[in-house]
Amino acid sequence: MSLLIKKGRILDPASHLDKVLDIFIEDGRIKRIAKDIDLTSQEVIDASGKVVIPGLIDMHTHLREPGREDEETIESGTCAAARGGFTTICCMPNTDPAIDDPSLVEFIYKQAENKGIVEVLPIAAISKDRKGKNLSPMGRLKAAGAVAFSDDGDWIANSSLMRRALEYLKSFNLVLISHCEDGNLSGNGVVNEGYFSTITGLKGIPREAEEVALFRDLALARMSGSSLHVAHVSTARSVKLIREAKQVGVKVTAEVTPHHFTLTEKEITSFDTNTKVNPPFRGGEDIEALKEGLIDAAIDVIATDHAPHTIEEKEKDYADAPFGIIGLETALGLVIKELVEKRILSLMEAIAKLTINPARILGIDRGRIKEGVKANITIFDLGKIWLVKEEELASKSRNSPFIGWKLPGKIEWTIVGGKVVYGV
Amino acid sequence: MNFKRKDLLGIEDLSKEEILFILETTKSFREILERPIKKVPTLRGRTVVNLFFEVSTRTRMSFELAEKRLNADVLNFSATSSSLAKGETLLDTVKNILAMKVDCFVLRHPVPGTPHLLARELPVPIINAGDGAHEHPTQALLDIYTIQERKKRIEGLKVAIIGDITHSRVARSNIWGLSKLGAEVRVCGPPTLIPPLIEEMGVEIFYLPEDALREVDIVMMLRIQKERQDEGFLPSISEYIEFFSLTEDRLSLAREDVLVMHPGPVNRGVELPARIADGKRSVILDQVVNGVAVRMAVLYLLLAKR
Repeated sequence: MSLLIKKGRILDPASHLDKVLDIFIEDGRIKRIAKDIDLTSQEVIDASGKVVIPGLIDMHTHLREPGREDEETIESGTCAAARGGFTTICCMPNTDPAIDDPSLVEFIYKQAENKGIVEVLPIAAISKDRKGKNLSPMGRLKAAGAVAFSDDGDWIANSSLMRRALEYLKSFNLVLISHCEDGNLSGNGVVNEGYFSTITGLKGIPREAEEVALFRDLALARMSGSSLHVAHVSTARSVKLIREAKQVGVKVTAEVTPHHFTLTEKEITSFDTNTKVNPPFRGGEDIEALKEGLIDAAIDVIATDHAPHTIEEKEKDYADAPFGIIGLETALGLVIKELVEKRILSLMEAIAKLTINPARILGIDRGRIKEGVKANITIFDLGKIWLVKEEELASKSRNSPFIGWKLPGKIEWTIVGGKVVYGV
Repeated sequence: MNFKRKDLLGIEDLSKEEILFILETTKSFREILERPIKKVPTLRGRTVVNLFFEVSTRTRMSFELAEKRLNADVLNFSATSSSLAKGETLLDTVKNILAMKVDCFVLRHPVPGTPHLLARELPVPIINAGDGAHEHPTQALLDIYTIQERKKRIEGLKVAIIGDITHSRVARSNIWGLSKLGAEVRVCGPPTLIPPLIEEMGVEIFYLPEDALREVDIVMMLRIQKERQDEGFLPSISEYIEFFSLTEDRLSLAREDVLVMHPGPVNRGVELPARIADGKRSVILDQVVNGVAVRMAVLYLLLAKR
């Protein structure tokens, strides 16, 4: 099985390559990268005028399987990923049951192999049943194939357990991903606390709910010397805390979602439940700080926090509807629109945060275009504007505030292991 | 002026002219309430549905009376007897009622934004009768009408709203309305019950009634819920009474001709003592009667010309 990608602009952040070249793929791997490759190939893609990048990696996806297959499945979630240019996605363990046992990690791999069209790497729970009481069998979970640990959705409120988790993980050299949120401070809040929570009467979640939790986690990461990754950073002071921790040598990395650097809390005045997300949309000054963090590398990664919910769930009132929005299919478009076109990041820098940076944090051999590596490749048209249409979404769910938006950067082909899994 | 709105969702999005127009329309309905026969045929043949998902006596009765005095047919629906318990969503319930060919919904709901959800989805007028801590537009309109009736103006008046501002839709709607009409609004309460950045709504914040009441023309006391004590907003209701209730001493700091208002129901002896609630500066019962007239005006403006 061979595939030749002709005349694409190859962009590989890991090697700083930005050139029009051909790529020859055989048996799932990149065999050659050169100008005008003259080899016969079973399949040929004419990528002239298109950008060829390493397949995108999402280190924060909710696939909902097992337990909520009405919202998303590994099958539908990987289809959404492919449509968004992602070739590797890491699924969060807040499923039912939670991914806290090797058999469940194996289940994810098996489902992904049978039904999935992109790579799925499971993130396992830090604590049993994500209850924040006892550690999950982290060594065995790693042996089964878990790539990171997180109780995502719930912060580990017990500081002693968090300390032990960080310490214990050093034996296994995997990263711990923390959803920083002091539940007592966020209470039953649904939107950012501030002027807009005040005028709408919707209950607020103060920025400090994230910052207080983050500060503790940074202190414990420093104490233990372990690797901490901060999920969905949303406030200006969080960016500052992470930057300062990095400066003193704390092994911390962080991600931001496209929706958090695109939309502000003002959106909630529509009372549209597709604006209900945790952490909530913050203020304009927070967006500025998130962008600064992306520029000076306080923030390493752009991750989607793709969180599917059914129409029925999102049809409820604002207090009752669940938090979360889907993001796999709009991520690259928002990155280009909000960061590249606004000259916050170069295209190369932006792609790094969606490819090699998450790969390095997770310690996986992905995220580069290089001879010899697995051929996970995404090809998109930088200048092509496309309309986000509800009926075209591959996800099972429809909970996106970006439906109706026009986005640049149309994905043309998504290739996993040399095989085209999405192509127009 | 022509009142062109489909719904009445809040005071925030009304213009000064629209507010004045509703108040002007209220006047004629207020006169009708003084007649021996208080019924007019304005909404004959129209059906109004009162959907109440929160306990309410005053507002529900006030709307029902307003509807009946306009000769509308009235359907009452309350949460306890509803089909929502059977898993039907609010929107679906309302669409089902609409399919029976009704003309207007009056909605009271504990969650902000629910009337907006209905207004977006349904072709008939939606009147917000209170959505969580968001807005209670007819209450603010009746309060402003009551002030206007007594003071003959709104512009330049100093108004102190005292109590649990955080959880109060009455406070928010009044702040929007009174500010638009040129009053100077102060809010006062324990800092735990003052929502963040409320000063950006154009009000001044005070943490003690002694400071807030100086030279005010109007004092609006808000109801304090006993649950605030358990939720950690207050040490105790008795401490609240000691520092935040309206006493004769505190009231003496206000202007001589101050009006005392309360949206009801009053916790007598908590927000204010019976003596003040029933005293000559109190206009609490005027608010109640004006409430019916305001609601008649709103129903008329939204429905009569459709």
